[in-house]
Order: sequence, then C-alpha cells, then structure tokens
Amino acid sequence: MSHHIIEVKNLDYVYPDGKQALKNISFRVTHGESVGIIGLNGAGKSTLLMHLNGVLFPTGGEVSIGEVAVQKSTLPVIRQHVGFIFQNPDDQLFMSTVYDDVAFGPRNYKLSESEVEKRVLSALDTVGIAHLRNRPPYKLSEGEKRAAAIASILSMSPDILVMDEPSSSLDPSSRRRLIKLLHSFKHTRIIASHDLDMVLEICERTIVIKNGEILADDATLKIFENEELLAISGLEKPFCMQNCPVCAAGRDVKKSV
Amino acid sequence: MYSYKVIKMHMADALISPAVGAGMLAATTGIALYSIKKVQNLENHKVPLMAVMGAFVFAAQMINFSIPGTSSSGHLGGGLLLAILLGPYAGFLTMASVLIIQALFFADGGLLALGCNIFNLGFYSCFIIYPLIYRVLVNKKPSTARLFTGTLIAAVIGLQLGAFSVVLETFVSGRTELPFSSFVLLMQPIHLAIGIVEGLVTASIVSFVWKARPEIIEHTNSAGGISVSRVLAAFALAAILTGGVLSWFASKQPDGLEWSTAKVSGSEQLASNGPIHKMLSAAQAKIAFLPDYSFKAGSESPAVEQAKWPAVNGGTSFAGLIGGIMTLLLAGLAGLGIMYVKKFRKAKALVE
Amino acid sequence: MPTIAESLNNIRLLDELSGQATLVHRLHPLAKLLTTLSFLIITVSFGKYDLSAMLPLILYPVALMIAGDIPFAPLFKRMLIISPLAIGLGIFNPFFDRAPLIILPWLQISGGWVSFTVIMLKFVLTALAALILVATTGITGIASALRTLRIPKIFVMQLILTYRYIALLLEEVARILLAYSLRSPFSKGVHFSAWGSLSGQLLIKTHLRAQRVYESMLCRGFTGEYNTGSLKKFSWTDLAYFTGFTLFFITVRQADIPVKIGVLITDLIK
Repeated sequence: MSHHIIEVKNLDYVYPDGKQALKNISFRVTHGESVGIIGLNGAGKSTLLMHLNGVLFPTGGEVSIGEVAVQKSTLPVIRQHVGFIFQNPDDQLFMSTVYDDVAFGPRNYKLSESEVEKRVLSALDTVGIAHLRNRPPYKLSEGEKRAAAIASILSMSPDILVMDEPSSSLDPSSRRRLIKLLHSFKHTRIIASHDLDMVLEICERTIVIKNGEILADDATLKIFENEELLAISGLEKPFCMQNCPVCAAGRDVKKSV
Repeated sequence: MYSYKVIKMHMADALISPAVGAGMLAATTGIALYSIKKVQNLENHKVPLMAVMGAFVFAAQMINFSIPGTSSSGHLGGGLLLAILLGPYAGFLTMASVLIIQALFFADGGLLALGCNIFNLGFYSCFIIYPLIYRVLVNKKPSTARLFTGTLIAAVIGLQLGAFSVVLETFVSGRTELPFSSFVLLMQPIHLAIGIVEGLVTASIVSFVWKARPEIIEHTNSAGGISVSRVLAAFALAAILTGGVLSWFASKQPDGLEWSTAKVSGSEQLASNGPIHKMLSAAQAKIAFLPDYSFKAGSESPAVEQAKWPAVNGGTSFAGLIGGIMTLLLAGLAGLGIMYVKKFRKAKALVE
Repeated sequence: MPTIAESLNNIRLLDELSGQATLVHRLHPLAKLLTTLSFLIITVSFGKYDLSAMLPLILYPVALMIAGDIPFAPLFKRMLIISPLAIGLGIFNPFFDRAPLIILPWLQISGGWVSFTVIMLKFVLTALAALILVATTGITGIASALRTLRIPKIFVMQLILTYRYIALLLEEVARILLAYSLRSPFSKGVHFSAWGSLSGQLLIKTHLRAQRVYESMLCRGFTGEYNTGSLKKFSWTDLAYFTGFTLFFITVRQADIPVKIGVLITDLIK
C-alpha cells in the first residue's frame, strides 16, 4: 500500500429504490490529511463515507485505498487500514463490556490474548477511558460511548479514520476532549459533520456536498469565507466566524430570528 | 401503562421433579444443538439480528395492549412472532436466549425448569405451529383477513399446546395436589384468552411490517418446511420418550429419587442398595404405578399418600419440629460467623 | 409484570453486584454454575412433605450472600414479584390434602399445608440460587462457563448480544410508551388501533439497528467466527468449592439432619 492514498474516481451510487444518491464524485486524499465533509442532511455525506470501507459498493466509478480497489475480495485488507466510526455509538458497542468491544477487532485478527490486551489498554488510554474498561455500554455517558467507539477502532491500528458526525450529542467538555484527541492523531482523517466549528479547527481541507455532487473542494478557511457557496449549499459560517470584525460582514444572526 | 401479569406460563423449579427437569433439559438441548447447526449454515448477519429481535421481544413483553371493550390488557409472548421473523431454527434459539436471561436475571421461571419453559414457549410455536399451521394458512401474499385468522389460529393452538405441556410436566412431577382434570380446566380456558390476544397482537405487528417492510418477514421455502416437520415430529417423539423414561425413576418412592439425584451429582456415596437393583425395582414400581398416576381424584390422594409415608406419629413430628428450629438457628449462627470472619479480615487488611 | 424502570434497575443492580471482587466472585464461573445446578437438583428432589429435612439447605444461599456481599432486600423484592406462580398452584394443596400430617400435642397441621410450605421453601431457595449465581458471576462469567462446557460460540455470542441490547430496547420501549401516554391521558394501555403501528415501527427500527450492528462488526474484521477471548483455568479451590458444597447437599438429602438434632435434644431433655 503506497502510503494509503484514498482515490475516489467518478463515483456514482443509486439506491435500491432508484434514487441517485451520489453523482460523479472524484477526489484524492493523501497520507495524514484531515478532510471535512459538509453538507445538508440527505446530501449524501454518510453514503459517501460508507463507500470508503466497503459498506456500500458504487454502482459506477471506483474507490481505491492505497491503489487497492475496494471490492468484496479485498475487504479484509481494506478494513484493516480504514477504521469507520458510525454515527450512533450504540450500534458499535455491542459487547457486554467496553474491554470486549475494544478487543473485538484485534481478536478477529487472531492475535494472541496478551497482544490483544496491549492494544486494548493502549487504545483506551489514548481516548482517556482506561478506568471504564469493565463497564457495560449502557452505563456510559454519550461522551464516554463515543470515546469507547473510537477506541474500538484504534485498537485495530488503522491508517485512515473515517468518522460520521463524531461530535453530535456531546456536551461541551466531551466535545473539547474529542477535538483535542482528533487533532492529536497522525492518521488520515475524513470527518463528516454539521459541527462546522470543529471542522474549522481540525480539518485543513473541506469538501462540500450538495444533492450527491461535490460543490467545492478546497482549503477549509476559503470555503467558510465564501458566503455565496455556503448559501447555495444550505450552510452557514461556523459560529465563531459569524459577526466577525476581522473577516467582516458575517451574517447577522439576530436578523434571522 | 404497565401491569401485573399474574398468569404466566413460566414454570418455577419448585413445581417440578428433577427427572422432569433433567428430561426436558435434555430434549431442549438436543433441539437447540440441532438448530445451532442449521443456523450456522445460514448467512452471518443472522446472529446480531437474532439478538436484537430477542431484545425486542423481551422489551415488547412489557407493553400493555388494551383489549377493546374490556378494562384489562394483554401481552405479547413472542414465540410465534420470532418464528415468523427469523424462521423456525433462529426463532427457537432466540426464544431460548430470552428465557435464559429471564430465568437468570429475573428468576422468571426456574433454571432447572428452563428445559420445560423453552420447550413450552419455543418448541411448539417454532417447530409445530409455524410450519404446520401458519405457513399453511398464510401464503406468500396474504390478505389482511387471511393473515389475521391464520395468525390467530396459530397462536391459540400454540398456547393451548404450551399450556397443556405445563399441566403434564407439573402433574408428572407430582408436587401439587391439584387433580389433573381441575388443572386442565384451569389452564386451558385462560390460555385460550391469552392465545387470542397473542394472535391478534402478533397479527397486527406482522400486518404492519408486511405493508411497510416486507423483506423483514422471513421467506423460507416450503420444501424446507416439510422436512422440518418430519424431523421435528421425530424430536417430539424423542422428547416424550426421554421424559417418560426418566420419569420412571421419578417414582414416588424416595429411593428412586435418591438414586437419580446421587447418579446425577456423581457422588460415590450411594446407599447400600446397588444402583442396578434400584433401577430395576424403580422400573417395576413404575409399571405398577401407571394406572395410579393418571387419574388422581381429589378424595383419593390423602389415603394414597398416607399409605406411602408410614408412621408419621407424634414423636417423630415433635422431634422434627425441634430439629427444624435448631437447624434454622444453626444456619443463622453460621451466617453470623461468616460475617464476623469477613469483618475481621477487612479490618486486618486495613491495618496492614 | 414490573415496570420497565424496575426491570432496568434490576439488570443494573445485578450487573453492579457481579462486578465486585469478593472471594465468591473470584471463583471460576463454571464452578459456580455447576454448584448452583447441583443445589437446584437436590432442592427440587425433596419429596412433598420433606419440610424439616430441607431446612439445612438454607445455609448455601445465606453463606453466599454474606460472603459475596449481596444484599438480601432487592432479591427478596424480586422474589415477591414472581411468587404468584408458585403460590397460584401450590395454594391448591391445602384444599385437596386435608389429612393431618404433623401431630403435635397442641396443634394438627394437614399434609396440604406442609406440602404448600415445601413448595414455597423450594421456590425461595431456587429463586435465590439463580439470582445469587448472576450476582456473583455476571453475564460474561456465565458466557465463559457455557463456552467451557463446549456450548457453540454462535449461541453464546447471541446470548451476550441479546443481553447487551435488552437494556437499550427497554429504554426505547419506555420512551415510546411515555410519548404515547402523554398523548392519551385516559387509556391504561395501547389502543387496538395502535397495536400494529407502535410495535411494528419499533420492530422496524430494531431491524435497522441490527443491520448497523452487523455492518460495524464487519468493519472490525468479523468474518463469521466469534472470538470471546481465552478461558480461565479451573483451579483446586474451584474444585473444592464444588465438591464441598455438593457433598453437603447430598448429605442433607440422605440424612434428615433436623430430625436427628431434634431427637438428640429431646433425648437430652429426657
């Protein structure tokens, strides 16, 4: 795998019921990049993400990771390198303790139990919930669940992290911890989110999706300064940039109420 | 929104004999192992589906379904629904898991009685009712009326079979004085009502899901259905035989029980009579017993019972009473003893 | 049937209790499971009228509850809730079995009442045994005990997953029922017209969740084989625990200890 470059070429996806979800999506992400994917609900963000590790397969075009095409036959290899964190942590934490959930991935790779333990403890330490290792998932707060879900992917030592709305439902301090954590990762990060302020903080590059097509693919700050683009795509500036004296003429929030 | 469900079909350990418990556990384990083999060959996504559906049934059992025209409400059992959603084998295993968790965490139904409960609540709906009645009455594209009548009939029959099994298992265990006929008259009509509610609730759910997401309903082919019935008729026969053979050793004579319990717990300390001797005498007793066992009218039992427990005279009774009180006191002292030992050890650990 | 909140609390309590670190908790889960089974078999094997002979068995749950730091009150509450079944059938005994069985100078007790008491005592002992097993072992312990018994992984995995999602589904049902009741203040249950749609939607949501869980399992390298980690080794302490208690149970079964004690005392008095 050549530095795990993500290559998406002319990706099309049509739902089983005939609706076209993605149209001619093309982009390239290099090693270590942090890319935000933004757009309205239903624009196709989650659908796009699910093509990156083979949960869905394109009806047209191609996805390849490190020059290995994402196909049924290559899935085991792909999934070793691409870690996917779902929107709802309850869908990912299905074992009866946090430890077992984080150990699920390494155990599937038939590692020895001592190696599994090393990885689990290291992953739990990274996200800061080592003290919760024997807790059942239903006893965790949203932030703790989110951390556990991330740990359950980290223990597989992926090179690329794909995250769907990682900061949703988090309280401010959990959110801050998450941002710090994601900022510290050296992995390639692809993050779909409505939390535009977080995207501004941790993604150098942002892709805007509208109606299944890429509207823009540029440096994050350039995207957020482009008011016309934001208006077309149904978005706003991140809150921290609204009414900003420096970049001037931010949307006056009071007027819209 | 939630109410007491007083009449449940879950059997408690207190009402069964070891032989009935062991026999039904054996039968159920056999069926479960066979089902596991069948499920392993199917697609992988079955297991999380089975688990989440099991959790759904567990939670849905708490919903109060108001019965129109009355002020009472009914509940969902779930066996038939699971069979419809997952097919017979997966449905059976899912029901088994739900019952195991209920027995362990809620003491809803005894652990020894698990075999009975899984059989009563799972086997009939998944392996008899689903293939033989539901699939026959409700074909691929049913009308609402057909769906409702088919499910209703299936649920009612399934519950009648289950209820009757409860009666049989309790009766063969011989722990309750309730005569067979009275027991039947008590159980069957109540479970007729429960069956009707179960049928209607299941049908409403299936009808809704069928219209919204038909792919959720399991579509097993009918050829598989036929062989299922044949195989399971064999299982039912095996279960009845196992239960029957083992209940030979559950003769009312204490000897037979001691023999079977000693054998099961693997102890070397058997009474002086060898095990084979016991087995033969128990078998002989059983053959003589059978006419006795089946028609026990209320008035007969005291006389019959007294004949079997000879000489319960005043002296023994008094000694028994004193001894009983002493035993409880000793148990209490032992408990206190353990508590003090623990406190002592904790204190010691703190000091060090 | 208790409320959903009570069920959730029950699960939480047992889960918390099972996470303690007493001597009992440290025993091998299989030892505890087998001992519970032998206890149940012996308890249930007592005859209809063997009331006094059964009493020494009380030592087992009492010892475990104290040694395992398990509070009696919540277990007792749980037993009260489920007692109707045993009472419901057992209560017929005094009606059908009226011949006096225990004859004391001042009192005569019919066989029916004795057998009813035996049933209730058996009920208490067996229910306690099951709850104590879970409170000292937990679902993961029981799962590993089943694996040690060579129960197929696919079934054990399904058991663990079912347990995991019960708490979640209970919460979802509670939410839906709350929303329903807030909009139908006069009804005590779900109206017939909503039977299908309320439960059906929950079912569909549940089905979708199952798909997502399956996808996330695939994304973590799942290929069809379940791995539940290594199994604990059975030690001499575990063996001693099992054999010790089982021998005790068998002794209680074979020898009518209370009567012997009673005879001893009455002889002394004479």
